[in-house]
Amino acid sequence: MILFFALAIVLVASAIVTIVQKSPVYSVVSLLVNFIALAAMYFTLNAEFIGVIQIVVYTGAILVLFVFVIALLSSGIGPFSEGPDRLPKILVPALVATLAAFGFLTYGLTRVPLGTLPAHVTTSTVGDVGKANVFGSVGDFGAALFTTHLLPFEVTAFILMVAVIGVVVLGSDATIAPTHGTHVPKKKSRERESIVKAAK
Amino acid sequence: MTVAHVLDLLNTVPWWLVVTVKAVIVLVIVQTVFAYSMLFERKIMAWMQLRPGPNRVGPWGLMQPAADAAKMLFKEDLTPKTADPIIYKLAPFISLICAMGAFAVIPFSESSAGIWGVADVNAGILVIFAITSIGVYGISLAGWASGSKFPLLGAVRSTAQMISYELAMTMSVIGVLILAGTTSLSGIVHAQAKVWYIIPQIFGFAIYIITAVAETNRAPFDLVEAETELVGGFHTEYSGLRFGLFFIAEYLNMITVACIATLLFLGGWNAPFGLTIVPGLIWFVLKAGLFIFMYIWLRTTLPRLRYDRLMNFGWKFLLPAATLNLMVTAAIVAVLG
Repeated sequence: MILFFALAIVLVASAIVTIVQKSPVYSVVSLLVNFIALAAMYFTLNAEFIGVIQIVVYTGAILVLFVFVIALLSSGIGPFSEGPDRLPKILVPALVATLAAFGFLTYGLTRVPLGTLPAHVTTSTVGDVGKANVFGSVGDFGAALFTTHLLPFEVTAFILMVAVIGVVVLGSDATIAPTHGTHVPKKKSRERESIVKAAK
Repeated sequence: MTVAHVLDLLNTVPWWLVVTVKAVIVLVIVQTVFAYSMLFERKIMAWMQLRPGPNRVGPWGLMQPAADAAKMLFKEDLTPKTADPIIYKLAPFISLICAMGAFAVIPFSESSAGIWGVADVNAGILVIFAITSIGVYGISLAGWASGSKFPLLGAVRSTAQMISYELAMTMSVIGVLILAGTTSLSGIVHAQAKVWYIIPQIFGFAIYIITAVAETNRAPFDLVEAETELVGGFHTEYSGLRFGLFFIAEYLNMITVACIATLLFLGGWNAPFGLTIVPGLIWFVLKAGLFIFMYIWLRTTLPRLRYDRLMNFGWKFLLPAATLNLMVTAAIVAVLG
């Protein structure tokens, strides 16, 4: 139990640091701590295989690529430059959307009897999830996901959705200053022309 | 006091104390092996190049590791102005901890009382791959945090190289796992009681050797620290004890890789030709030592590869070859098994 809370504190703290840190490399390092703590959490649940795979796949492969890209793109040590603050403009629509989503979730969840299994689902007791030999089984995992752990599951889905939209917003050309896209190529071609002329 | 008494006594000791004592013993032995494998390398290289090698400190230069350690300890620990201080200081520890962590699950021998090692984990080989895969962070963060161009180039090279070769390495090992039907390292050694897997898995073994040399950043794949072009690679800016930590990590990784090769392909502590008079631990050490000798041999013999050729070789030859080996092994096991 002490171990669980120690790991949980590390997990939450490193997750917060990942988001709050302005330097991308610090974010990655704290995400690394987060992944390893998560793997340790799996170990304490007797799910050694999931724990090891967590490290091999996420820590050993995916996060290394993060480090690689960050090292290549922003070899300078300073944090990324901040864009214009657009929070005031989108605050009201975002609040409305969040409240609406929250409302739908609450409505939906209150209509599902949490913690009870439909009669046709036969599994070991849901309370055993987390004990040896039960944790990994797909049936139990799915049953737990849609009954006792429905709320975390829905919230996770929602957070992933936010992340996807965030990537689209950050990655789209609209966030770059509009003059940027038009001026640079012209300048380049002009430079090229002048170089060509000079060569002639 | 007989062996049975000792075992009874051991059962009353709390498990965490047993594990801690075992871990300390293994680490002390491994550090000693590191120190002398360094001397071994310098001596062998010298003899291959017709030089005497280190011969001033102690008889036959046997105290040379101690002298080197003292030199490292008393050198000044510099941090460049452009470096990121926290990550710069953290990186060597990541490298070293990952290198030492792998020894937690390596079984060195076996007696009637059980496995000689800190822990015998069911997914042993997976745990080793998991721990060593974190080791890349030590190198890539060190290169980034140094805040200068040569370390950064070295780190970027190393990350690309280690990711590329890790794939082929894992693929080459799966063949053994299929034959043994287990991921437990002691289980794999037991499965080799009759035939060592170097015979049915000769291609897997060849691919494993090549990728292992690349994974540990040793010559001819030592582009990470290529002296002639990158000064010292990722550890250019490091000095004193922090450089020493990287140095230890590199050698420990070599020893780990040699131990894995011994366990997976060379029959672990199984005696060859029925020579069971010699204890299993000696066989294990001999086989791993042979592998380390091969490392040194390669270093003195082969020139460094060009970087693009290294990547081409990894992706276009080693990975397909390892995959083919895996598929053929799986097919044969499916037909015969």
